[in-house]
Amino acid sequence: MKRKDVEVYEDILKSNVAAAAEVRRRFREQGVLVVNLLSSPGAGKTTLLERLIDRLPPPARLAVIEGDIETERDAERIRAKGVPAWQIQTGGACHLEAKMIGRLLGELPSDLDFLFIENVGNLVCPAAFDLGESLRVVLLSVPEGDDKPKKYPKAFLTAQALVLSKADLVGLLPFDPERARGEALEINPSLAVFRVSALTGEGLDDLVAYLHLARAGLAAEDGRHA
Amino acid sequence: MHEMSLIAGLFEILEEKAREHKARSVTAVRLRVGTLSGAVPELLETAFDMYKKGTLAEKAALVTIAVPVKVRCRACGSEFEVDDYVFHCQFCGAADLEILSGTDLLVESIELETEDETPA
Ligand SMILES: Nc1nc2c(ncn2[C@@H]2O[C@H](COP(=O)(O)OP(=O)(O)O)[C@@H](O)[C@H]2O)c(=O)[nH]1
Ligand SMILES: [Mg+2]
Ligand SMILES: [Zn+2]
Repeated sequence: MKRKDVEVYEDILKSNVAAAAEVRRRFREQGVLVVNLLSSPGAGKTTLLERLIDRLPPPARLAVIEGDIETERDAERIRAKGVPAWQIQTGGACHLEAKMIGRLLGELPSDLDFLFIENVGNLVCPAAFDLGESLRVVLLSVPEGDDKPKKYPKAFLTAQALVLSKADLVGLLPFDPERARGEALEINPSLAVFRVSALTGEGLDDLVAYLHLARAGLAAEDGRHA
Repeated sequence: MHEMSLIAGLFEILEEKAREHKARSVTAVRLRVGTLSGAVPELLETAFDMYKKGTLAEKAALVTIAVPVKVRCRACGSEFEVDDYVFHCQFCGAADLEILSGTDLLVESIELETEDETPA
């Protein structure tokens, strides 16, 4: 028997990185903005999606992928709004992986403008897995507290946008939106921050405008690389 | 707790390397764990010990090496370590930093056990 040391220097996420690159390539080619929504459970991801669907009516073409540990409930909520939805039940896993999205590529319509992916409710694990999205949006809701960005830095570091959700509760709970924003911006100075209430509609127009801009940005990028 | 999924990815690499080097087993693994990798070293070690049973790495120990977050300022060129998750330049205050290390999980090296007669 002989022993030998071998240098490796490979990322243990490399198979996810490869699967994500494939998803990204496919949707960029077709001009689809893929949005990965991250938050702890109950921060308001599904409700926000319902409101965004109202503000992105046809001719905008949408689809939604819902990630949950169990149940088809969130996909049903989306279908009730007339938008096609696919439910991924992870059966215990606390996050989605790019391979799970890759498996749906054959089924998803190709003529889309926006594909929203609602990740499993968890502010830690999903942050480590690129799904091939072009835009990562993290939600932090007012009841969770304004001290959360530094407790869960990776989610805030890897996102492009932050939605301070349930903004209608500011003033009712001891949550300082400026503290939450400031802490998030220390971690990620280029984060776009939106104060949003799905209940009153506050901030939704700005968020929708941002999504349209991000989608236009995809096309511009393609033009540059072409 | 996504450490089990991460360890599954590690084993894909171990199997690949063992095949490449015609090794019968893996006897040690050194893994660089970035402060901002999103994984906890102790949980990785526990997940590794659970996963390795009955595999080619059954006898291996996972050694984790903590890697701090290092950045370079795109404005003034300074390089420094970030703690406290404040991503502003400590020297010029600019907010445009390039992350050099500390966000990933890299297999640094492994120790393989091969048959005597196998030429190197
Ligand atoms: N006050 C308030 N409650 C909200 C808002 N958005 C969602 N909720 C409530 O928060 C709870 C969780 O929402 P849901 O969208 O299912 O969260 P998810 O787990 O992140 O998908 C539900 O009871 C919602 O009615 C909001 O903007 N304001
Ligand atoms: Mg939901
Ligand atoms: Zn600087």
